[in-house]
Parts: sequence; structure tokens; C-alpha cells
Amino acid sequence: MNANNATAETRVLLLLAHPALDRSRANRAMSHAAESTPGVQVRDLYELYPNFLIDVEDEQNLLKAHAVVVLQFPLYWYSVPALLKEWIDTVLRHGFAYGRGGDALKGKTFFVACSSGSPSADYQPGGNHHYSMQEFLRPLERTAALCGMHWEPPFVLHESRLRDAASLADAVDTYQATLARLAGAA
Amino acid sequence: MDTHSLLFQALVYLAAAVIAAPLAKLSKLGSVLGYLIAGAAIGPFALNLVGDVADVSRFAEFGVVILLFLIGLEVRPALLWSMRATIFGLGGAQVAATALVLAGVAMLTGLAWQTAAAVGLVLAMSSTAIVLQTLDEKGLRQGPVGRAAFGVLLLQDLSVIPLFALLPLLATQAPTVVAGEGAHGGSLISDFPAWAKTLAVLAAVALVIGVGRYLTRPVFRYIAAARLREIFTASALLLVVGVAVLMQMVGLSPALGAFLAGVVLAESEFRRELETDIEPFRGLLLGLFFITVGAGVNFSLILAKPALLAAVVAGLVALKFLVMFALAKAFRAKTSTAAAVATALAQGGEFAFVLLNFTVGAGVIGAELADLLTAAVVVSMALTPLTMILYERLANLLDQNVPKAAIEDPVFEGGPPQVIVAGYGRFGQIVARLLTLNGHSAVVLDADIEQIDLVRRFGRPVYYGDATRLDLLRTAGAETAKMLIIALDDREKTVELAEKARQAFPNLTIIARAWDRRHAYDLLANGADEVERETFEGALAMGRKALVKLGFRRHRALRAADLFRRHDLRMFKALAPAYSETENYILASRDASRTMERLLTEDLARMRPGGEDWDEDLDEAERRAREQAGEPESAET
Repeated sequence: MNANNATAETRVLLLLAHPALDRSRANRAMSHAAESTPGVQVRDLYELYPNFLIDVEDEQNLLKAHAVVVLQFPLYWYSVPALLKEWIDTVLRHGFAYGRGGDALKGKTFFVACSSGSPSADYQPGGNHHYSMQEFLRPLERTAALCGMHWEPPFVLHESRLRDAASLADAVDTYQATLARLAGAA
Repeated sequence: MDTHSLLFQALVYLAAAVIAAPLAKLSKLGSVLGYLIAGAAIGPFALNLVGDVADVSRFAEFGVVILLFLIGLEVRPALLWSMRATIFGLGGAQVAATALVLAGVAMLTGLAWQTAAAVGLVLAMSSTAIVLQTLDEKGLRQGPVGRAAFGVLLLQDLSVIPLFALLPLLATQAPTVVAGEGAHGGSLISDFPAWAKTLAVLAAVALVIGVGRYLTRPVFRYIAAARLREIFTASALLLVVGVAVLMQMVGLSPALGAFLAGVVLAESEFRRELETDIEPFRGLLLGLFFITVGAGVNFSLILAKPALLAAVVAGLVALKFLVMFALAKAFRAKTSTAAAVATALAQGGEFAFVLLNFTVGAGVIGAELADLLTAAVVVSMALTPLTMILYERLANLLDQNVPKAAIEDPVFEGGPPQVIVAGYGRFGQIVARLLTLNGHSAVVLDADIEQIDLVRRFGRPVYYGDATRLDLLRTAGAETAKMLIIALDDREKTVELAEKARQAFPNLTIIARAWDRRHAYDLLANGADEVERETFEGALAMGRKALVKLGFRRHRALRAADLFRRHDLRMFKALAPAYSETENYILASRDASRTMERLLTEDLARMRPGGEDWDEDLDEAERRAREQAGEPESAET
């Protein structure tokens, strides 16, 4: 995909990072929903950059052309998958996203959507993971802040593998509604 | 000097072979012709360096036995069974029809019908040794030509057995030798009653099968464990010789017995060993055999009655060709295949010598006539390599598209394939292996028979065939397959195939191996969906290695190569539309190379140590400037 056809019609730029989307359940359903939401442009990073060589120029042009930036990924080791981290490291450059002259993202909305294998109860003091999801997503929250972006409350799909189909569909509907809202907000 | 000493004889034969065969092969005449000419040169009518060739000839005939053993090794019983129509249908028809036609012509020349029938039967035989060797050298053995010819030859060899029983019945004069003996070689059972003969034959065949199946394995194992390589070779030879002797004892053709033994061992794990060990003997003995045939050409007879001999040879070759051609067509062979088979089988065979001797002894054919026919058979054998060359030239003239190695549809095993890989050389192999390892087995086509032999030995399904033939692609499943991968190393053929396949099978995704940029555009313009320039990835990898050796850290070298690839591919795509107009292409590519330069410079700036992305080794001035601006040094938080 070329940065030149980063159309003005889409408000939302969704960066999808899943190394095995073909075997994913939640993220596939979520990305299908996203793709069918008007005003959302989905970028499948693992398909675009299989060798991790991110095209920084393309990515920055796309960021400039959109008002909302969504990161969608499965939570790996309390963090983003490697390619998404690579994207953050290489695209959100000094002088572009932060620092002197780095105001390209200022005022945009930053929305994190992730799936997790554990039930939400695990993410609390005394639970399996000891801390809340909010704590684990702090790095991303700070990233948004450093870039001057507005932090939209994250969407977290828990029990991504254990959910039954109906409950998964419900969650995906909620996700799609949020995306639609973000895409429609003028 | 005693020209009959063994060493001197060996010297003459070996020198003749060493001088003549490579010369003939390199001048594209084929080694068979070289051997024949060498034989004629050292024979009694030229240099006369060898005495009586009869002894050597009998020894050399063992080359044919080994040849058939080796052929048997390649023929799995299942394959033999699948060829039954060719062997018994086409082969039987060839022997019967050729014998009839030749006999008819012989009668027209005034021979008694009995003699004429004998002449027809004897001359219906073709030369297994010459035909198979010639087809081998031309890479035709595995195709339809090879298979049809082989089937016919096999039946001819089979029919020699009943001929020995049948021919004496045609005697018009008192036999000089007891029928069933003579040139046929003393069969131990010739005095037995018919039922006992049959029983003995069956027992011998059963013995070969039994020994081949159950006894050879432990014996070969035992010898292999002893690690005596020459003894393994010796035992392999012993096996062949043993079978030959056994067959002779019961009055069967030794060559046939060897073939049977080969088939029995075709699925043994020692097959390859046997092949490798015996192969040199086959080559040498066959060479020797051809030399003796050449030496046996009776030039005095040729000189005495050149017109008569020429007429007999021409008639023999023409009639055999016509009958074979008509039959092959009747058996639904393609015209080019039928013509090739007919050309290949148009000579008289080595069995004719044996049978002629035998018929003279049995009082069927007069000695004078037998001499004439022997000379005619020898000349026709010597002509075979030439007629084959002639045929190829004609075929090439008539149809540029007829592949040198015309072939029939291979039998594809397994379900309909999803992927067809054309070309299984250094390139296609890697592609096909990667696919296979990932669960997409591919049907592989290759036109290089040696390559196939090699790969098949590793149990991979590779089929012989020129993939530019649409009918072959169809048989390979192109109508239902998803993808055609063209990995040929012939530029024109690759484009031709892409174009043909795109038109005939719109369902296929076509990925083609491109020689260079220009070829890649050609391919894309002619139906390929994807192209890969064959040296591109390899060169990139090599450049990367060089960077590493020059001191780059591996990751940086990798990224440098990856960036290079990206820019190059972009340029490739950007320039594609301009390609059709060459002038524009040059302009555009000039422009592109400037862009490339710019991009590479930028990459370098980005990745140079001290660049912002990679580490924090900022120069002092920059650091101070940032500190004053109150900015963090990098994204590290």
C-alpha cells in the first residue's frame, strides 16, 4: 500500500500487529470488524513488513493523514508484539512525533485495542498478574502523552481463546462501535 | 608380432574405442556409429588388426545381456505390467506384420514361401543394443519413443524363443545340424520331451525370481558387510552370468533372463549398487559388441554386389519403417513419436545373426542368401545412428516446436496437484522443496533426463517432459492446479511457457524465474503474475556477507540489504509501464537511478552511527542543543 492513497476519507488509521493472524481468533474477528467499518484504514503490519523493515516515510505520511491512531494487537508478555514495538521505535521519531519540531501527532487520538488470554479478574492486585491492565498499558499511555496525543480508554478483549462465539461476537460489536464512533467524530 | 595375443587384441580394441567413440560423440554422431566405424577400420577389410572376430563377438554379446539386466533394474514390475499393451499389442503386431510384409516381398523375388517366411521372421528383429544405446544418448529412452521402442524390442527378444522351435519346420533342405542345437548354444534339455522342456523353463524362471527375491538380499548384505567392493562387483556379475547360463541351459535367451533378474531386483535396496557396479561393463561390452559388428561388415560382398546389397538394405529399412510407423499410428502414437520409433527400429538386429546361422544349419535358408542378409543387417545397423540423425533434422525442420526429446504423457501419481513446477534444476529444486516441506506437494516437470534420474533416486516425484507443451501441462493437472512455477533456465522458453499457460489456463497463478530486469518485464507483460530475478536474492545475500566481513554488525548489514531490496523492487515496479517504450525506459531509468541514489544516501544518513534511530552517540553540539531545548535524547524512556 502506498502512502499516496492514504485517503482523506478515512479518519482512523488502525495498525494491526499479529504474527499469526491466520491462527488468531479474537484478533481476526476484530480486524474483520474494523475493515468493515467505514472511515477505518487497517494496516496489517506483519503482512506489510514480514522482514521487519518498516517504511518509515510511508508510515509517517499515513499518520499525518489521519486523526485517530489505533493499535490493535494480542498482549504478548505484557507488551506489544515485536513488530509493533519496532514500528513505535522507528516511526515515532524524534523531530516527527516528539522533541524539537516533533509535533506531527499533536492533538490526534490514540486508541489501544488488545486481546488477552486471561480473564479480567487476573489483572488486579492479588490476581494472577498482580497489576491492572491499566498498569501494563502505561508505556503506551506515556507514548501517547509524549507525542501530545489524546489517550482514548483502551479496549481489552479478555479470555480471547476461552470465550464462546456469542460472547466473542458481543465484544467485537462493542469494539466496532467504538471504532465507528472514532471514525465518525468530526 | 603375434596379432593374436590377448594383450595386442585388447590394445587394438581399446585404442579403437578410445579414439573413435569420443570423436563420434563430440561430432554429434553418437558413440554407436563411432564404435561401428572403429570396428570397420580394424576389421579384416581395412587394417586387418584383428583376426576372427567371432570369439570376441560372442563375448561382446554379453554386453547386451548386461544392458537388459540394467534395463530390468529400472523397470519395476508395476511399470512392466502397465506396459503390457505396448509389449504384447504393439510388439506382437510389429513382429507379425513385419515378418508378413518382408516375407511377401521375399516371395516376390522368387524365394520359396518357407524360405521367405524364415527371412521375414529373422529380419523382423531389431537391434536392442543399438536402439537402446542410441535412444539413451539422445535422451529419448524415458519418453514415449523409448517406451514404445523398448516394448517392441522386449517382445522381439521374447519371440526369439519360439522362433528356434518354429524355424526348423520351414526347412526345404536336409538340415546340416540337428534342430534346436547349433548356434542356439547347446541346451541341456533339447532331448527332453516337450512337457519336460516347459517344466524346466518354468522352473528356471521360478528359480530366478525366487533367488532374486529371497537369496540375493542376505548374500549382498553379507558381502556388503565384508566391505569388499570388488567382491560386490564380482557377485553382481556372477548373478548376471549365472542367470544367463541358466537361461541358456533351458533354451531361453540369456538377455531375457537377465532382464527378468533385473526386474526382480528393481525394488531391492541394492539396486543402485548393482547399477553403479555393472554400468561400466555394460558400456565397455556394448562398445566391444558394436566394434565387432563393424568389423564383421563384409566389404568384399558390398564391393561385389553393391547394387543388390543396397537394394536389400533400402528395402529392409524402408519396409520396417513403414510397418512400424503404421502400427504405431494405429496404436494412437503421435506422428512424431511414431516416426521416431519407426526410424529407431528400422534396422536388423543382432539376433538375426544367430537366427541366420541357425536357419542355415537347419536347411531353411541357403548359405549365400544368409551371407547377403547378414551383410544387409550389419549395414542397416550401421546406418541406424545416421538415420536417427536424419530423422531429427527433418523433424526439427518440420516442426520447430517438437522438443528434441519428444515424450508421452507421464503418469502422475496421487491426487490433483495444486502446484506445477516446470524445471527442476538448481533453481526449481529449492522452490519445490520449500513448498513440499510446507505441505504443498508439487508436480515437477523437467526435460533433463539425467537430472530426473538423479532426483528420482532420492524418491522425489519428478517427471520427464518439456513443460512448454500444453498437453503435458494439462496432464500434469494445469486445469485444476492453482499455480505454475516456471523455473526453467531458458529465457525464451520461460516467456513462451508463461504466454501459453496464461492463455490456456487462466486459472493459474504464474510465478516465473527471470534472467534479469528486462526479462522480468517481458514475463510480466506476457502473463506472469510474479517474477523473481534469479540472481537478485543471492547477490543481496552476498553483499550482506561482504558488509559483515567489512566490519558491519550483522543487523545493520541485514537492514542495508533489506533496504536495497525495497528500493530496487519499487524502482522495478515504477518503471514497468515505461518499459514498452524503450526511449522512455531509458529516461525513466536515468531518473530512477537518481532517485535510488538519493534514497540510498538517505538510508545511510539514517543508519550511520550517530544517526538518531540507532543509538545515542550524538555529537557534542547536538547533545548540548537538545539539553538546552529540554528534550530527551531519544525514545528510550
